[in-house]
This record gives sequence, C-alpha cells and structure tokens, in this order.
Amino acid sequence: MSPVAVKTLAGILSNAFIGAGAVPVEAEALQPAEVLLDLYGEDIRGRAYVTDDPVDGEQMLRPDFTVPVVQMHMADGAEPARYTYNGPVWRKQEPGAGRAKEYLQVGFELFDRHDPAASDAEVFALFHEILQPYDLRMATGDVGLLAAAIEGLTTTARRKERLRRQIWRPDRFRHLLDMYSGKVANLPTRVAMIENVAAIGATEVLNATGPLLGVRSAAEVLARVASLQDDAATAPIPAAEVEVLEELLAVHGMASDALQSLRKVQDRLDGFALAVDRLETRLNAMAAKGVDVDNLPFEANFGLTSLEYYDGFVFSFFDGENPISSGGRYDALTQVLGQGRSIPAVGGVIRPDALAAVMGGAS
Amino acid sequence: MSVLKLGVPSKGRLQDKTMEWFAEHGITLSRTGNEREYSGVVSGVDGVELVMLSAGEIPRELKAGRIHLGVTGTDLIHEKLPLWERVVVNLQELGFGQADLIIAVPNGWIDVDCVEDLDGAAAQFRANHGYRLRIATKYHNLVRGFLRARGVADYQLVDSQGATEGVVKNLTAEAVADITSSGATLEANHLKILTDGLILQSQACVFASRSADWSKSALVALDDMANKTGWDLSGLKI
Repeated sequence: MSPVAVKTLAGILSNAFIGAGAVPVEAEALQPAEVLLDLYGEDIRGRAYVTDDPVDGEQMLRPDFTVPVVQMHMADGAEPARYTYNGPVWRKQEPGAGRAKEYLQVGFELFDRHDPAASDAEVFALFHEILQPYDLRMATGDVGLLAAAIEGLTTTARRKERLRRQIWRPDRFRHLLDMYSGKVANLPTRVAMIENVAAIGATEVLNATGPLLGVRSAAEVLARVASLQDDAATAPIPAAEVEVLEELLAVHGMASDALQSLRKVQDRLDGFALAVDRLETRLNAMAAKGVDVDNLPFEANFGLTSLEYYDGFVFSFFDGENPISSGGRYDALTQVLGQGRSIPAVGGVIRPDALAAVMGGAS
Repeated sequence: MSVLKLGVPSKGRLQDKTMEWFAEHGITLSRTGNEREYSGVVSGVDGVELVMLSAGEIPRELKAGRIHLGVTGTDLIHEKLPLWERVVVNLQELGFGQADLIIAVPNGWIDVDCVEDLDGAAAQFRANHGYRLRIATKYHNLVRGFLRARGVADYQLVDSQGATEGVVKNLTAEAVADITSSGATLEANHLKILTDGLILQSQACVFASRSADWSKSALVALDDMANKTGWDLSGLKI
C-alpha cells in the first residue's frame, strides 16, 4: 500500500481515538538521550538512533511516544486524561532483517488513578473494537501476576529484588530461580571466593590483590562480598512455592480458564490472591465492555521479552507473527519519570503500515 | 596495468608480518621511496597494486569496494561491518596478530569474577553513584551485543581509542573491554579478565571484498595469487 494510503489510514485511526475522548498531542522527534538511557540502559543505543547536539548533548530520534507523552502529562496534565498521537518513530533493526527503520505509530494513552481495572478494560475494548474488522490474533497477559508472585516468595528482599530485575530476561530469570531454589549449585568462582573470605577475612583477601583502582570503593566491594556471603547462607526457596511460579509461567489458554487455574494455587504464595483478584476484576470490567473473556487468549508470561516497561496488563494484536498493535499498563514508568510523583497509566499503539498490509492482503 | 588492489597495514609489526607471509608464498610486497611514503610495488604476480592503509581503515575500504583484498584483524571486521559475511570473504587466516577481545575489571573487585557478577556490581554501582557503571572500549558494537545476549543492562560504554587500560586509574571508567594478547598490560594496570568475558578471538586475515570491481583481469590476478597461496575462492561468488 502506498505511503499516502498508510497516512490516510493513520488519520482514520487517529480520529477513532479522538472520538473516544482523546486530546491530540505532539512530541519532538529529538528526545534527550539521557532519559531514555536511564530507563532502558545502554541497550537502547542498539535500538534507537543517537545524534549529538553541541549544546543539549546526546539526542535520540524518538523510538516511541510513551516517554514524551508521560513527561508532558506529568508537567501540566489535568486528571484524568486521554491523549492520542500520530507520527513517525525510528528504530534500528537487526542488520539484514529487512524491517522498517521508520514507521508511523498512532497511539492512545489513558492517565487515571480512579479505577485501574476499568481503565485497562476501556483501553483494550477500544483497540479491540477498532481492530475487530481485521480478524487479528489477540494475545493478553499480566506482568503484575509474576511481580506479585515474586513478592510472595519466602525469601530475602535482596533475592526478590534480583528476580524482579530479571523479569524481562526469561533466561536469566530461570537461572536465578534455579539457583535460589537449590536446583543448580552456586557459581564455583563465588563459592571459592566465599571460602577464601571465611578463611582469612574479606579485608585481607582484598588487600592481597594490591592497590584498588577506580571509583568503586573498597567499602562497596566489601558490601557486595557481605551480601554474597549472606545470600550463599540463605535457605532455598521452598519447592512448593517454585511450583506455583512454574505453573504461573505455564498458564496459556483462555482468560476465564486461566483465572480458575490460578485460583487453585493462589494461597500458596503470600498476597498472591490479591493479584488474582485484580485479574478477575479486570476480566469482569472487560466483559462489561462487551469483550468475550471466555474466548480471550491469556498467557501469564506473555510479552516478557519485548514489552519492556509494562508492569501490569499487556496486550497485542498480530497478523500471523507480525505485530500490528500492542499496549499495556506502565505505572512504574510514570514513577521513574515523575521524580517522586506518579500516575497509573495504560495505553497502546497501532502501526498503520502493518495494518494497511493486512488490508492489502485481504483485498 | 594494475587491476587488483591489495590493502595492507601501513606500518608496524602487522605490516612486517604481512610482507613476510606473502614473501613465503612467492609474492614480494615492497615499499617504494622512503619509509614514510605510503606506496609500494608487488612482484611475483602481475596486475596487483599495493595500497598502504591503517588497519582500522581497511574494513571500510573493503566495504566500499575501493580495494579488492585487504589484510586486517577479525576484530575490526566484526566491529565495523555488521553482517560482515555479506560484505567480505575471509580467504586466509594468517596466524599472527592474535589477540582476544575481553572484559576486564580491577583486581581488587574480589566480588566480581564473571559476567553475572559484573551485572550485580553494575546494579550496586548505579544505586550508589547515580550513574551507570562505565566500560571503556573502542569495540562498541561487539561489547554491546555480547552484554545484551547475557542480559546485562545497567552499564554505559565510554569511547576509548587508545591506552584503554589506563582509564580505571584515571577514574574515567570502572571497567574495560579491550584487545589483549599476553595479558601483561592488563596485569601491569591491576586489571583481571572476567572468567567468561571473552568476546572474540581475533587474528590477522586476508579478506576479499564482495563489492569491488571484479573485472576479468582482476580475476586473473586473483587466480595468480590463489595459485601461489592456495586460497579457496569458492566463497567469493562473483
């Protein structure tokens, strides 16, 4: 389909969001790199285009609208607020993958601290309705379930923090869980270091290495040694609790069935039932909006490799394996960008170019 | 008339070793004029022109097709040419210029032995100092790809084009990712290599450009060289 036709389609989508009560907003193409680097880490350099301004320093061609829209809302937004945007984003792609480096995104973001389940349902039902004619494959999930399950484990705050940090990297998460539950042994180098420290003392081991260079201080090294010692002496996470996590990660079916299977194991983890309650409340709110939750696909670990800043409800619409639309809840992101303030937020985007390709295929 | 351009490093041990290797295979590369003049002649095969370049420029020249063949390290090819296999063909490993691209941290980091430890130390460092742990390197693509595959995110790369081992002492980075052959320089700077921190094993190689103008006469010259060196040209589909 021609670029003009894609732009026309983007306009139609944009009008649909305006019709749903959203205020159109704009964002600058160049965003300060520092904010994005702080959020995503060095990795974002591999995915976004970086350029340099002699005065303002490193800038990035916006890889999405979410960050600037959140910043704009935090600066002077009234609550509740609904925004929509329509413009290009730029992403570096794997060399040779042949994916577009520049494409349009039309999005809808809802900031409302009143009723999260109703907000999730409003956003999903809106995307569902707009995309209904295209017969796309739906996928939904809930990152909040895994976060709540981690919180409910019988283990130290440090281990929970380490697990939370790796939610987005399933391989690393699995490795940590295996280590913390005693399935795999601690790293041999770490065991040797801990034995050495036990034998002659941490300060002595450190002093024997010669002068300590650099900004990272001896106190920091010794603090981490102590935390590794503590951790090595920590009791493994009980097998029954690990089973709940395993079951949770394996949940893959229709939303209403998923709810039933989670209900059966929820009481084995402290506080986990509350997260399952939230899932039920959301499904009820979605049903009230006309979504058929008995036939809505749900995977507990959906999106854990790609939708990086979402921390609650997540959804996508696919044509085959090709993503057309995605979205979710990102409360934590607003906390990071709000410097002490935060606002519950949920939203999503549609790629008109990808949607146009679906239409082209159908006609 | 010269029709095949061969790019070789313009100075140092890499150049000497390259000349030695070609001489052993009946191809003499020699400088013309004085030591500082970057030009030379090739004897033993017809139609080959010698181009003296810095080893760091050779990947770019190969990609642009301005030289047909070039001698440089695999580290530079992999760093500077994403999808390098589509751009060049490795005709010959030369057996010198061997070096490992590794990640090293201060000796005194007794809590850090492997990449997983580096991730833990990076998280702690960011929490304590308010900025991300700095790794100095000139191999940005290779290091970022290596750490991404291992799930390390709380770091930043700072550019260092030379004397990288000194950055920790100078407080401009906390760790380094650099080329080492013996490890002696690292040791002298009180740095240790992470046990699983080997990113790439590099050596000097002869690369052929896929995009150079492979005219009939250039191919004749290449065949001549291949007869003497035993190069397998089947990977170079022209």
